[in-house]
Amino acid sequence: MLFTSLGFLVFLAVLIPLYFLVPKKIQWIVLLVANAFFYVYAGTRGLIFISVTIVTTYIATMVISHLYASQEKYLKDNKESLSKEAKKAYKNKMQQKRRLVMILCAVVSFGIIAVMKYSGLFLRGTEFAQSLSLILPLGISYYTFQTMGYLIDVYRGTYSPEKNIFKLALFTSFFPLLLQGPITRFGDIGKQLYEPHTFNMRNFTYGLERILWGYFKKVVIADRILIAVKAIISEPDEYNGVYVLCGMVFYAIQLYCDFTGGIDITIGIAQILGISLPENFLRPFFSKNIAEYWRRWHISLGVWFREYLFYPISVSKPLLKLSKFTRNKIGNGIGMRIPVYVATVTVWFITGLWHGSAWNFIVWGLLNAAIIIISEELSPLYAKFHSHFPGLKQKWLYRLFEIGRMFFIMCSLRVLDCYRNVGTAFKAYSTIFTRFNYNILTDGSLLKLGLGVLDYVVVFCGVALIITISLLQRTGSIRDKIAKKPIGIQMAIFAALLFIILIFGAYGIGYDSSQFIYTEF
Amino acid sequence: MKNRKFRFIISLTVTVLLFVFVCYLAQCILMPKYTGIRKEGALISEYYDEVKDHDVIIIGDCEVYENISPITLWEEYGITSYIRGSAQMLVWHSYYILEETLKYEKPDVVIFNVLAMKYNEPQSEAYNRMFLDGMKLSSTKLKAIKVSMTEEETTLSYLAPIFRFHSRWDELTGEDFKYMFGVPKVSHNGYLMRCDIKPLEGLPAVRNPEFTDFGENAYAYLDKITSLCKENDIELLLIKSPSVYPHWYDEWDQQIVDYAAQNGLQYVNTLKLQSTIGIDMTTDTYDAGLHLNLYGAEKFSKWLGQYLQDTYNVADHRNDPELSARYEQKVAAYYKEKAQQESEIAEYGCLKMFKDHKEND
Repeated sequence: MLFTSLGFLVFLAVLIPLYFLVPKKIQWIVLLVANAFFYVYAGTRGLIFISVTIVTTYIATMVISHLYASQEKYLKDNKESLSKEAKKAYKNKMQQKRRLVMILCAVVSFGIIAVMKYSGLFLRGTEFAQSLSLILPLGISYYTFQTMGYLIDVYRGTYSPEKNIFKLALFTSFFPLLLQGPITRFGDIGKQLYEPHTFNMRNFTYGLERILWGYFKKVVIADRILIAVKAIISEPDEYNGVYVLCGMVFYAIQLYCDFTGGIDITIGIAQILGISLPENFLRPFFSKNIAEYWRRWHISLGVWFREYLFYPISVSKPLLKLSKFTRNKIGNGIGMRIPVYVATVTVWFITGLWHGSAWNFIVWGLLNAAIIIISEELSPLYAKFHSHFPGLKQKWLYRLFEIGRMFFIMCSLRVLDCYRNVGTAFKAYSTIFTRFNYNILTDGSLLKLGLGVLDYVVVFCGVALIITISLLQRTGSIRDKIAKKPIGIQMAIFAALLFIILIFGAYGIGYDSSQFIYTEF
Repeated sequence: MKNRKFRFIISLTVTVLLFVFVCYLAQCILMPKYTGIRKEGALISEYYDEVKDHDVIIIGDCEVYENISPITLWEEYGITSYIRGSAQMLVWHSYYILEETLKYEKPDVVIFNVLAMKYNEPQSEAYNRMFLDGMKLSSTKLKAIKVSMTEEETTLSYLAPIFRFHSRWDELTGEDFKYMFGVPKVSHNGYLMRCDIKPLEGLPAVRNPEFTDFGENAYAYLDKITSLCKENDIELLLIKSPSVYPHWYDEWDQQIVDYAAQNGLQYVNTLKLQSTIGIDMTTDTYDAGLHLNLYGAEKFSKWLGQYLQDTYNVADHRNDPELSARYEQKVAAYYKEKAQQESEIAEYGCLKMFKDHKEND
């Protein structure tokens, strides 16, 4: 069910009143039924796979919990009789058991995602790969990562396991999160999902504003600029040079509006239901370097990889050994950094893979890692440069340069996302530096990409509005500011935004109102 | 607290009402006006402004609204008639337009042009819109929407066309504002006049038909039309209009002959009567045989009027003073447009609307 479909709006219009009208005790059951409906609507086959993940995670977390309890009881019962070494040996044994259970469960869930999503990487074009891609369960990357995060947290003892399998099912399948996250941790939403909620006007208006803002970004801007992006990338031989440059900028606008728009809708829906979700973006295009960018873009995925992959890899035995080895052989500086870089490359390789079963995503991930490492290695050089020009960093023009540089780097990397073929992507990108067809900016060529002058005006105004809102957000919540206005003005803002979406939205016949880009990941 | 709640309810009510009103105005502006070269989109809605007491109702596609002139039927035979036709009007469209028409009036004869039998499935969103957007909201319209929609269409977009035409903001012209609350009349009792001439210079070679038997859906709705007429004691005349293209195959013709015989209906394939009617495809068509021009339509209407009087004894109302007065205005408007078109053709070599359209392109 597309967020932009009429069916989804009807679904919400039924769910929200129902959720607040039923007895509070069964509100979570209403949500669970809604999730099941949402999921079944996308295809009954996917239900099997999500059910396997839920059941295996439930069993695994209960076994882990039982092992924790047994350990505690055994140690308590034998507190006097056991030596320190015996206690340690017992703890290690139990830890190994828990790890085995955790790994077995993870293998099942990641195994499903590996077969369903990544067979295509090696079996591209085969009938088997095609049939798997057809039954790829909705939101598999999101619910798998969310559930595995929960499993690891239970394994680490961070959270107690949820004893009610249906409540675990609700956490795994909460419908607003299925399409494109954010990948939330059990501690962030678990309790909120199960506890009773009373209708709250503030939550309702804030949520609705967020939803409308999301639809504005998705339907008015992303789905409109998509037309030009598609035209450019569909004919790489014809549209090269400055076209590619334009395509990069257009795609950045499309991707940002598509993804953040979808997340706005997700967070808004959850807020109306009384559930507060973590933010997934923090004005990423205002970042000045790549590390900062990735702390502000798709935050939940970054947190997941940091918590469950980067840190564990960094402190894993092989990397600790490597660290020791490199420090001894090369010295403390680079010697200490090499293991971090190994972890970085591994994480980015997997991040690339998470985005899709294609080499372009893997190359994209590795290039990100390369830029992060190069930036890190060049940081002393930057520091030296800035010591010669103190105060330069504070100058707004330099900050603008940094933001522009970052924007260009991210746009360049995303060429791999656009063309979906490594060779074509590199070839298209290289034409930026070999074919200087700047005349296309003025001779009306851009008007042959499926967008008219007024379409570009709408996109430009929309982007200008987003930038203005982002700048204003730095001084506090826009919704808080709107809430302080008289009720008539608040409603006029609502109505105006809705009207703009209604008229300027790129939806209906003649438009390819597409699924969200990140739903494909 | 109470005061706050009251202010909230008032603000909400005013905002909703204003929002709906603004959306309605926007919809009026954004909906296509069909005043240029696509006048056929305005045909369906014109009927509602008519005095509805016609003896003959003609339903079908362009082969009726381009080929039959109700004004000629009046002038020559005193027959009151109206064409409820629209571009590529499919059989189910015809059924529902008849069902709707019978809510307003009960004619003696209904004429149905059978070319649409070749279509068994919904065909085109553009033609659906021309037909369905013109209909007034009713249970009949809802049923028509349901059976007519192509894959991408939604019922909501017919109930609130702003959802379909919202994106026309970048192609609005002065006419969209000028005619936002209604367009001037484009037809003469449903007849769309064309005085230009493009002679038939040769037809594509006749191939075997893609299919020989009409589809189940088409037959089902033809049955419904037949039943509806019988239930209302209305004579149903099936015709194949004298347009020579698209080709009307013998296999198709035979099926209609059989159908008419089985159901006790009259069927006339007027393609076979071209010389009797006097149609000359070098002068009587404006698009090389697809449609008749005014001169062809008048010839065909003269024949049709005679047939109606001979076969169904349709009344001559020319002595009715009220009807005569009403038709006097219609006849005047008819000849005014005829003179206008002929003068444009003399001046520009084609109708002015096509010249303007070409220049704007």
